[in-house]
Amino acid sequence: MNGITLDKTAQEFVNQVEELSHSNLSQCWHCLCCSGGCPFSKDMDVLPNSIIRMIQFGMKEQALNSSTIWLCVGCNTCSMECPNAVDMAAIMDALRQMAIRKNAKIAEPGVLAFHNAVVDSISRYGRTHKLEIMMRYKFSEKDLFSDIDLGLKMLSKRKLDLLPSKVKDKKSIQSLFKMSGEVS
Amino acid sequence: MNDIPNQLSYFPGCSLATTAKENNTSLKSFLNHFDIDLSEIEDWNCCGSSSTHSVNSKLALSLAARNLFLAPPNQQVLIACPGCFLRLGYAKMTLNASNEKQTQYEKHFDRPYNKNLELVHFFELLAKMSGKGFFKNLTGRLNGLKIAPYYGCMLARPPSMNKEKNHYGLIENTMATLGGEPIRWPFLSSCCGTFLSVSKPKIAEKLVNRIMKGAIQSGAECIVTACAMCHLNLEIRCKPGNRLPIFHFSELLSLALDKKASKDWFKRHLINPEPLLEKKQLIPCQNGRKSNGFFR
Repeated sequence: MNGITLDKTAQEFVNQVEELSHSNLSQCWHCLCCSGGCPFSKDMDVLPNSIIRMIQFGMKEQALNSSTIWLCVGCNTCSMECPNAVDMAAIMDALRQMAIRKNAKIAEPGVLAFHNAVVDSISRYGRTHKLEIMMRYKFSEKDLFSDIDLGLKMLSKRKLDLLPSKVKDKKSIQSLFKMSGEVS
Repeated sequence: MNDIPNQLSYFPGCSLATTAKENNTSLKSFLNHFDIDLSEIEDWNCCGSSSTHSVNSKLALSLAARNLFLAPPNQQVLIACPGCFLRLGYAKMTLNASNEKQTQYEKHFDRPYNKNLELVHFFELLAKMSGKGFFKNLTGRLNGLKIAPYYGCMLARPPSMNKEKNHYGLIENTMATLGGEPIRWPFLSSCCGTFLSVSKPKIAEKLVNRIMKGAIQSGAECIVTACAMCHLNLEIRCKPGNRLPIFHFSELLSLALDKKASKDWFKRHLINPEPLLEKKQLIPCQNGRKSNGFFR
């Protein structure tokens, strides 16, 4: 049986996640309330509370490579279930951002492609342009036809605007992107 | 806010400004009826949505902060989208807790930060209006409409914000005041899947169909949502044969005011709610139109 050896790097990883997420991982009891309440836990490869345990054991690669961090949508249901006020959604944010910066293997590249399409839209218009986001996402995933019926129906109901709603002061949006550092 | 102001700043957010225009116009028309005027924050930008804080926390704070700095001082900011409300509220909390960040953004935007800016969710305003008896004359207007109240993740927030106001029960109470019959059901705060509807549609389908099935089994005739994103996901990811009409809360409120106010909004729905409303005599019957089920 393979044992787990805790070394200095384990504590470093804990510190990094705690700093980024402003939360205290030792508060987790592993009572599984978060995982029980999470609407997505059945589709995740690792349960949300197990992610915390992995961080504590220094299993950085496994945590950053998990599908869990990408299937979490930040709905905060876990926070409502947690008896100890652990900010699980913030921990997932921290892990996602670390995975991007450290070029970790992304378990759900489609989800990241979607996030990138949204942020890209905000960088250009200051607002989200849903039709373009969908098109960009579909192109990046080379999946043009799976939702085509739905797309046409939404267009016919004018749910999708052809032209974006835009911020006038484009420069001010660009300056926010400049000051906030690189986006994946 | 003890008194109800008749002029509020307004942050619509991207969904209400585009895909959910019917939510936006019905909300404005409803408030207009009570002489409450909304003035959009000049040149507002996206709150950052779910995607920005997933990939860059600083950018998420910066985008939300720009709106806080643009909002005129001394006027409450009304927000109807639960997502935007959470993002702007989180940014306000973060800035209020750090003088260093305040100064940094004050320098960047070249104007003072207003730490007392009041962000008001539409539900908070409704609760006040209801408390002041604004809806007294509207009792019975939605007579007999069986409604599944759906909050989605609106009732949830991060632990650092758990002292904020909670509006659980407001849809039920308001709908009951207007004569509707809110049903009890288990999925009122079950997540709709949000953006996974695009990148992992199978997961969103599973969640949405569970919610729909729950509403149907509980005897509801329709679902009322508090969030434009939930409204969209429920409409686009439910299976044929497992669907009920879905209303934005603001649409039913407006319908209670004026039965004719609604035509244009309902035309934008993917699940046609008109047959149900005609059956319940909540809108005038359109002569010669055969009712062919909910899906047009």
